[in-house]
Amino acid sequence: MSPLQETIYRFSQNKVSLIGLAVVLLLIFIIIFGEFISPFENGVKQNIRMRLQGPSAEHWFGTDAYGRDIFTRVLHGTKYTMMIAFPATFIAEVIGIILGACAAFYSRWFDNILMRVLDVFQAIPGQLLALAVVAALGGSLFNLVIAMLIARIPASVRTARSIMLSLVGQEYIDAARSYGSRDYHLIFRHVIPNSLGAMIVSMTINLSAITLQVSSMSYIGLGVSPPTPEWGALLSEAREFIITAPHLIIFPGIAILLTALSFNLVGDGLRDALDPRLRD
Amino acid sequence: MDTLNNTLLKVENLHVVYKARRETVYAVNGVSFCLKKGETLGLVGETGAGKTTTAYAIMRVLPDRTARIVNGIIEFEGYNLLDVPENLMRHGIRGEKIAIIFQDPMSALNPIMKVGDQIAEALKFHNKEDLSPERIEEQVDRTLELVGIQKERKYDFPHQLSGGMKQRVVIAIALVCEPVLIIADEPTTALDVTIQAQVLAMIDELREKLGTAMILITHDLGIVAQMCDNVAIMYAGEIIEIGSVEDIYSGKMQHPYTAGLFGSLPDLEKKTDRLHPIEGLMPDPTDLPKGCKFNPRCPRCMDICRNVQPEFTVEGTHKVACHLYGSGKGRGIDE
Amino acid sequence: MEAVRGGALMSERKEPILVVNNLKKYFRTKKGLLHAVDDVSFTIDEGRTLGVVGESGCGKSTLGKTIMRLTEPTGGEVFLQGEDIVSMNEGRLRKARLKMQMIFQDPYSSIDPRMSLAQIISDPLKVNRLCSSKNEIDERVDRMMRIVGLAPRLRESYPHELDGGRRQRIGIARALVLDPKFIICDEPVSALDVSIQAQIINILMDLKEEKGLTYIFITHDLSVVKHISDEIAVMYLGQCVEKAPSEELFLNPVHPYTKALLAAIPVPNLSKRHARPTVIKGEVGNPIDPVPGCRFAPRCDYATQKCTGRNPELREVAKGHFVACVLYNGEM
Repeated sequence: MSPLQETIYRFSQNKVSLIGLAVVLLLIFIIIFGEFISPFENGVKQNIRMRLQGPSAEHWFGTDAYGRDIFTRVLHGTKYTMMIAFPATFIAEVIGIILGACAAFYSRWFDNILMRVLDVFQAIPGQLLALAVVAALGGSLFNLVIAMLIARIPASVRTARSIMLSLVGQEYIDAARSYGSRDYHLIFRHVIPNSLGAMIVSMTINLSAITLQVSSMSYIGLGVSPPTPEWGALLSEAREFIITAPHLIIFPGIAILLTALSFNLVGDGLRDALDPRLRD
Repeated sequence: MDTLNNTLLKVENLHVVYKARRETVYAVNGVSFCLKKGETLGLVGETGAGKTTTAYAIMRVLPDRTARIVNGIIEFEGYNLLDVPENLMRHGIRGEKIAIIFQDPMSALNPIMKVGDQIAEALKFHNKEDLSPERIEEQVDRTLELVGIQKERKYDFPHQLSGGMKQRVVIAIALVCEPVLIIADEPTTALDVTIQAQVLAMIDELREKLGTAMILITHDLGIVAQMCDNVAIMYAGEIIEIGSVEDIYSGKMQHPYTAGLFGSLPDLEKKTDRLHPIEGLMPDPTDLPKGCKFNPRCPRCMDICRNVQPEFTVEGTHKVACHLYGSGKGRGIDE
Repeated sequence: MEAVRGGALMSERKEPILVVNNLKKYFRTKKGLLHAVDDVSFTIDEGRTLGVVGESGCGKSTLGKTIMRLTEPTGGEVFLQGEDIVSMNEGRLRKARLKMQMIFQDPYSSIDPRMSLAQIISDPLKVNRLCSSKNEIDERVDRMMRIVGLAPRLRESYPHELDGGRRQRIGIARALVLDPKFIICDEPVSALDVSIQAQIINILMDLKEEKGLTYIFITHDLSVVKHISDEIAVMYLGQCVEKAPSEELFLNPVHPYTKALLAAIPVPNLSKRHARPTVIKGEVGNPIDPVPGCRFAPRCDYATQKCTGRNPELREVAKGHFVACVLYNGEM
């Protein structure tokens, strides 16, 4: 079995993580086929007579203050939250891997400069940095991705760097150098492939963190603008009705919780599956 | 054969398996041996032979989640250790009557605790006689001097000591409760030759002085020749040859595996052109061969070896589990 | 130095394949400058094996890595077939490394766990673009696997499926696939079980015969080094303290450290059972900011005033037998 097959096998033995994976797949399914489950129209169409209704057969999650169907809004909210979280995480990881590999490899000068720059960024809380970016550029989806990236890149570079540093010290890197591999060979054939497992784990954990961060940005009104049904925005709108119509806050809350939890579960499962201590 | 009152430890037909998710690892398959008071037994074998598992089974420190002692008796001072409740094991036996010395001194010591305190802690845990703090301190000093460390060093942390010194501290911890049996699991493998010689000489001296019995686990036939009274050679979870050092090193009635082990060593005194290694690999412990476990690698393998598990052929103190010897029909002569 | 050169002339005269002159490697540490390799010189003739023995911290592994220029030397010269490795640029160094390969100690960390066996063995060919077609690569990989005794069915296996002995065979195949003249073996058998150890040693010795290879064999195991080497250099704290033909060193060790080292080996027979070995006192120190003088003196039973103050030089005490000890200075 190749290491990849072995990892997949081990992951598949972990029931809790499989549940997490199922939820993640469900989310992806919803993003693609949401329109067919319940058209977006239902989520923006206002109907004052039907406002603040509890869950019923017609409106599974009830309705909000404008009589909009919360089920549809949560459903389509998946898309907006994930459209920020996925690309932001992915790009942050790729940049992390590249910069981390270079830092680990050219430890004399590049590493020093990079680390000092990151120190500056990390002196400011990530959330605050993201807020500043959105405040300056405005709250579009694209700008939110940029904001998330700026907030997340320092951490992912650091993670990547520490993973790669441990790999650069391995004897097979010395061996590859001794038979004539050039630096880019060492980085792309040996260091990066060996770091991928650990990087994917950090990516899933990051995904859950970014999901929460996106929601909290929208919650304080700095995310996407209404009536776009982003999860955090849904929570924000529900604030006033927390006592009279708690379903308004419960369902988007569950969606956020479930998403963050399942990404974490998948990440945990992957880490266990990749753990070299269990190997052999 | 042995007079009972002289026997300290008697292991009979010990079987240990490890259960992993899909498979069962047969780690120890019917090991039996006897250890008299004050005697040193060398347990020799390569990686995966079941030496350490046997030792852990005696100490009852096998991982509960995976390991299972399927069968066997471990009789220590007349009690079967496998029936002793865990809490009695912890307070009366482990560390007090039987102590273990691990291979890697670095991971056996607590890095943030002074070595003197670590020795004292072992003593306090088993403090049956209600020793006063002063007496404990005295005992710690005495033990340190015993293993060749100045008592002033007891205020040092492990990282301030060299590898050899750390192993001495580990040995001091094992000795401080004056056990009757020490299990030393490759005690010098992590050390340099000159330091190994120092530590071995020290162990040898102590054993003479204190009369402690010892099970010495090692892969080094040189150390065995120097240190042991009796030797058991293990292969794939079984003892395939056991006897006094003279029996094993005389080369008479030698098991082909034992012969292979000796053949693998370069001789320092003679010029040899080629080594005579054992071909092939250790068998997969989840799928052991039928008959004699060594048959796939054995240069003298016969038909009977592939089907019938050999029993011990006994000649005095020397026992060999091989079809080459004895009546030759796969049956031992001791019935 | 001159004397060292002279030593190479002793046997049938062959062109030296490797000449190492006054090689130094210092590491900067918090406590000071660590002299890991301090002024080591030797020559190796083609087809011969130099064993380098010493305990941990004596600089033997650093010596190997410095000769390969996996770490940059602090000073000194290394000539491989007349070319100075130390002053080469990247490109020429890569060329030179085609003739000079290394086998590493740890069969677990020295091969990339994400590559299959065939990929590992073929990687040196690929990075150096030595083969024109995939067929040629496959052929050479197959040949290598046969030579080191790896079954062809293992081609697509991954390292974690194999035991230490087989992994070390992969390491050997990878070093050999470039057809080098000279191989540095850095403790290639110390992580293996005795029976497997003997298999690997036999392979290395057969290869030497067949291909006329030259080895530097670095190890802490004296019985292994005696078996495989023509000549042995004993190192202590970064310096070479004694160098002699293998037989001579074991029959007639001169340096007190070599004597102690030999006495410390547990022999696998009962001849020395009841004779307590002479045990040397103390522990191996650290060559951090060493003062001039014999570095073994603090542990040496024969140490006198003369041992401090200046480094003992390697002197020839018998034909081809060099020792750095004041006891033997000027006796010849």
